[in-house]
Amino acid sequence: MTATRGLIKTPPSRTPLRPLDVAAVRQDFPILRTLVHGRPLVYLDNAATSQKPQPVIDAIDEFNAHRNANVHRGVHYLSQQATAEYDGVRERVRRFFNAASPSEIIFTAGTTASINLVAQSYGRTVLRPGDEILLTEMEHHSNIVPWQLIREQTGAVIRVIPLTDEGELRLDGLDGLINDRTRIVALAHGSNVLGTINPVRQVADLAHARGAVVVVDGAQSAPHLTVDVQALGCDFFACSAHKMLGPTGVGVLYGRSDLLERMPPWQGGGGMIATVSFERTTFAPSPMRFEAGTPPIAEVIGLGVAVEYLQRIGLESIGAHEANLLQYATEQIAEVPGVRLIGTGRDKVAVLSFVMDVAHPHDIGTVLDHDGIAIRAGHHCAQPLMKRFGVPATARASFALYNTREEVDALVAGLLKVRKVFG
Amino acid sequence: MGSLSELYQNVILDHNRAPRNYRKIEDADRHAEGYNPLCGDQLSVWIKMEGDRIADVSFLGSGCAISKASASLMTSIVKGKTRGEAVALFDQFQRMITGQETSGAVALPAKLEVFSGVKEFPARVKCAGLSWHALKAALESREEAQVSTEY
Repeated sequence: MTATRGLIKTPPSRTPLRPLDVAAVRQDFPILRTLVHGRPLVYLDNAATSQKPQPVIDAIDEFNAHRNANVHRGVHYLSQQATAEYDGVRERVRRFFNAASPSEIIFTAGTTASINLVAQSYGRTVLRPGDEILLTEMEHHSNIVPWQLIREQTGAVIRVIPLTDEGELRLDGLDGLINDRTRIVALAHGSNVLGTINPVRQVADLAHARGAVVVVDGAQSAPHLTVDVQALGCDFFACSAHKMLGPTGVGVLYGRSDLLERMPPWQGGGGMIATVSFERTTFAPSPMRFEAGTPPIAEVIGLGVAVEYLQRIGLESIGAHEANLLQYATEQIAEVPGVRLIGTGRDKVAVLSFVMDVAHPHDIGTVLDHDGIAIRAGHHCAQPLMKRFGVPATARASFALYNTREEVDALVAGLLKVRKVFG
Repeated sequence: MGSLSELYQNVILDHNRAPRNYRKIEDADRHAEGYNPLCGDQLSVWIKMEGDRIADVSFLGSGCAISKASASLMTSIVKGKTRGEAVALFDQFQRMITGQETSGAVALPAKLEVFSGVKEFPARVKCAGLSWHALKAALESREEAQVSTEY
């Protein structure tokens, strides 16, 4: 692949962006040299999981090979070192999201676990029968089902912000939807199907005016946008390392410290206590209160290196590169006869969902796979959204910092082949 | 991995474009919903029995070319068969698409061999089997039945 120079738009009246050198970036990702069915891998399934750069792979390997020990438990050398590294990542993640304090950064198993933690700890504490949880029509199942579970447990009610045909939130009725019964507003920052970036700040201001808290599913935004949790105005922010160049099995929950301080533990076990007797146990403060059991230590260290890598390339450069690819892909795919785009909002992360008149998304996926092109086909864990757009499934190409224009061209060539097979 | 043309044979493409028995049987006495929760594919099968014999069988649903063509071919093949014969065909078909020996008393109709390429595409085995699972569920139950590929 050659570098796609001249792609990067520099936003006006800003420090000129360091343009992303995609050829150099690609060198860091060994999997991009893999052949699939004899063809170079074109990996366009980044919204499902991203690939890992060599420094992340090495950091995990080196920790396991040379520095492995449990954290927060030992007086011996390796344990102290591991603890320092582990807590060092917490501080790095704090800076990455501009949280006020490292005690606001909780390591979880991923976005899903983060949202379940908020639902079960915060939700269970505050929700009374008739209280309202407000979601949006575009949510991933992981930002729907945890709220349904807590609804059953508390008698709360779920309401839903509807979407426009372009796949943006309908803000016209929001004033009524957010009311004095609203306790929690939970929404995606970026949609995993539509790509839509939601106006979190605007929603948060309305929610806060009514005394509700805002929970943001940041799985799709954290790898692509500069996320400042304070500027965003959210009370909780959840994301997964494996979508941001890190390993699976670890994620982050940011929570505002005054809320975390009042929240009971979600899971009990080692590491989250102050003192334990059979009569009474007192709990450690946040974040330890919410990290029961031995955490995924090597993975947290991998997350730290992933975050460092994203910062070194620069989230603004990454965002500009991906926005450019998205625009190019949108134009090129629209030229393929019989293609309909799902999600045509103004402000999007680099996610492109579509359907074709002649072929079901699975068939599109199989034909593309045959040429080494990996996309996602299915309902993307967003069945209510599929229903909203009247489709059983979509095909989805999602881009990351290492994707190129040539890969978009390969995708378009693949779609023309789909037409040939099924047309 | 098999070639695309082995998976998408002309017979499959034809049945996908113009599925046979693609309708609801209004006076059906058996009905089952087949559902693949991994991909959201959903398909209904209706059966009208005459004694132990399948007098009429039909389907409707949304799915990929493989699942639609499989359902279409299935309906044209099991029409007129007894319940036992249809279940035996189900077993043979499952064996074929999962790459096991197809042996036993019942031979698979040659028409169904177009799905032999599916075994090379593990992600698509459930697509080919969905309608057959629904058929079996409908035959085994007098009530409304639901069947999923995942449990």
